[in-house]
Amino acid sequence: MNEATVIRVSDLVVGFGDTTVLDHVSVGVKRGEIFGFVGGSGSGKSVLLRSIIGLLPIRGGTIEVLGTNLSHAEEEQRRATERRWGILFQQGALFSSLSVLQNVQFPMREYLELSNRLMREMAEAKLDMVGLRPEDWNKLPSELSGGMIKRVALARALALDPELVFLDEPTSGLDPISAGDFDELIRTLQGTLELTVFMITHDLESLYTVCDRIGVLADGKVVASGPIAAMLASEHPWVKAYFRGRRADVRARRLAQPAS
Amino acid sequence: MIRADRPWSKSADQQQTGTVANTEAQVSARPSLSVMAGGAKLECAAAGAWTAVHASELEALIDGVAENLGAQTASIDMHKVEAFDTYGAWLLERLIRERRAQGGETSIVALPEHYRDLFKAMLDSVFKAPPAPARENPLIAGVQKVGKAMVGVGYDLMAIANMLGAIGAATGRVLARPQTFRLTSAVHHLDRVGLQAVPIIVLITFLIGGIIAQQGFFHFRKFGAEVYVVDMLGILILREIGVLIVSIMVAGRSGSSYTAELGSMKMREEIDALRTMGLDPIEVLVLPRVIALVLALTMLTFLGSMAALYGGGLVAWFYGGMSPDIFIARLKEAISLTQFKVGMIKAPFMALVIGVVACAQGFAVKGSAESLGLQTTASVVKSIFLVIVLDGLFAVFFASIDM
Repeated sequence: MNEATVIRVSDLVVGFGDTTVLDHVSVGVKRGEIFGFVGGSGSGKSVLLRSIIGLLPIRGGTIEVLGTNLSHAEEEQRRATERRWGILFQQGALFSSLSVLQNVQFPMREYLELSNRLMREMAEAKLDMVGLRPEDWNKLPSELSGGMIKRVALARALALDPELVFLDEPTSGLDPISAGDFDELIRTLQGTLELTVFMITHDLESLYTVCDRIGVLADGKVVASGPIAAMLASEHPWVKAYFRGRRADVRARRLAQPAS
Repeated sequence: MIRADRPWSKSADQQQTGTVANTEAQVSARPSLSVMAGGAKLECAAAGAWTAVHASELEALIDGVAENLGAQTASIDMHKVEAFDTYGAWLLERLIRERRAQGGETSIVALPEHYRDLFKAMLDSVFKAPPAPARENPLIAGVQKVGKAMVGVGYDLMAIANMLGAIGAATGRVLARPQTFRLTSAVHHLDRVGLQAVPIIVLITFLIGGIIAQQGFFHFRKFGAEVYVVDMLGILILREIGVLIVSIMVAGRSGSSYTAELGSMKMREEIDALRTMGLDPIEVLVLPRVIALVLALTMLTFLGSMAALYGGGLVAWFYGGMSPDIFIARLKEAISLTQFKVGMIKAPFMALVIGVVACAQGFAVKGSAESLGLQTTASVVKSIFLVIVLDGLFAVFFASIDM
């Protein structure tokens, strides 16, 4: 159970029709780390995520998650693996006809045999952990703000105490303060729950503050991977533009002159 | 020693003296919590996997222990616990809280280092349960429901009147400046609700015409009145059945799609976006749709009536033995232009009712997918109901003007 690499993607090829979106992509995520994944809009980050979690058919390569080769796994094995991960979709993907509490209870109801009391308490505990106020627990998703939707979606992703969490742009659409809080929340939860986090993001701030390692996707390939220092040293034009562009400049300079 | 898989025994002596070693629990990794006598202070030893998968088992165990330990001070040794997650952490915390409520103190000993943060996080989480909805008297709740439904009907009528008024105003504005009319959109919708509906409408009215004729011949034959089947067929189809069947079909086919389209646009704030760009959603979205529906329903009523008469004629020929020549001659005598006009005059009004109801319901959609489904159903049900009510009113009206 304690294999060091939680996600191992090798030579993955994914495409639609004539276009190849991912061309022999290989990624490895180690247990207990927060792996950030960046790439331009339309570079195939979400496609990679959706392929890993099995929502898209793959053309070639292998995907191994939590020690299971998902391309060849039996239905039962697949389900067992799915139970061990949680996913935060970009738009939250909360069930719009269920209340916040019911949304978080949904995976528990499906996978565990719990008493109603324990289920309620656990859902409340998870919502409390992600910082949602009790007066919002009985609201419907349509009555929530964007930041609250992300929090509820995270609580739902964590409902079954997964070992691995996929986050698809967790801080997009949040103001910098909320985004910072959310980053901190992810870091804290990762520490306490010993999670492995695979995160797609555009947020430089998140990349600097929470990610242990970063992978960069460009032209259908992983062009760079490693800690932030390796990104800053990379000579690939896209990576350079991303991490040393005008928006990243302030941040990079601050990192270059530490604590002076 | 009490095992997890055995129901907790309430006998006091067992509680004090049970000390059988538990080897199985360690192997099977099922959670366990055993109580050992330790003088003034009770000592408990926890083992196994305190995780989500075993949560219900663990809950029973915890509840049993909490109930039986009473107000004594106890310590729980956690060092044999093999796996621990938020479920285990919360249940442990719940045990402590429940015992505290009973007056007993509980201390946790030797919790493995890497689980401490997790347990602390659980300890910090404050369970402020949201106020439970107050229980209501069922009788009052029932009366309340009826009252709310009646008020709802009132609001519905208002929304429909509102939409009708808004469409009227928009028509006025468009008449004043005809170049603002969305002709492309209207033509597009005319194609969708008119042209594309032709095959199914013609087929259904054709069959219904045939069925009416068959029933007519079958029953009228008993008293030798077969000739009058043609009268019945002509009057019934041209005055009532043609327009009614087509209206109901269109309400189900196009009214529902209008509601779903406008509803999902409302859900995704597209309508708000239009409004903020200084465009009137009624003028841009509703007016072309309603005008297309009015034109389409009128044409479809004509086609449907003709198809029904055609179906009736075929049945008269093959089933009733009435040659087409005789059928047509008889039809000419039996019906006048009035019957045809009565049916055709009704059609645009039916279309207006369907369009107004469909659009009003579409704008009433709120955020959830459920609401979209609800409003679409309501749109179809209400427009069919109103179509039939309107048909009744027209019957009274035409009777009083001798048409």
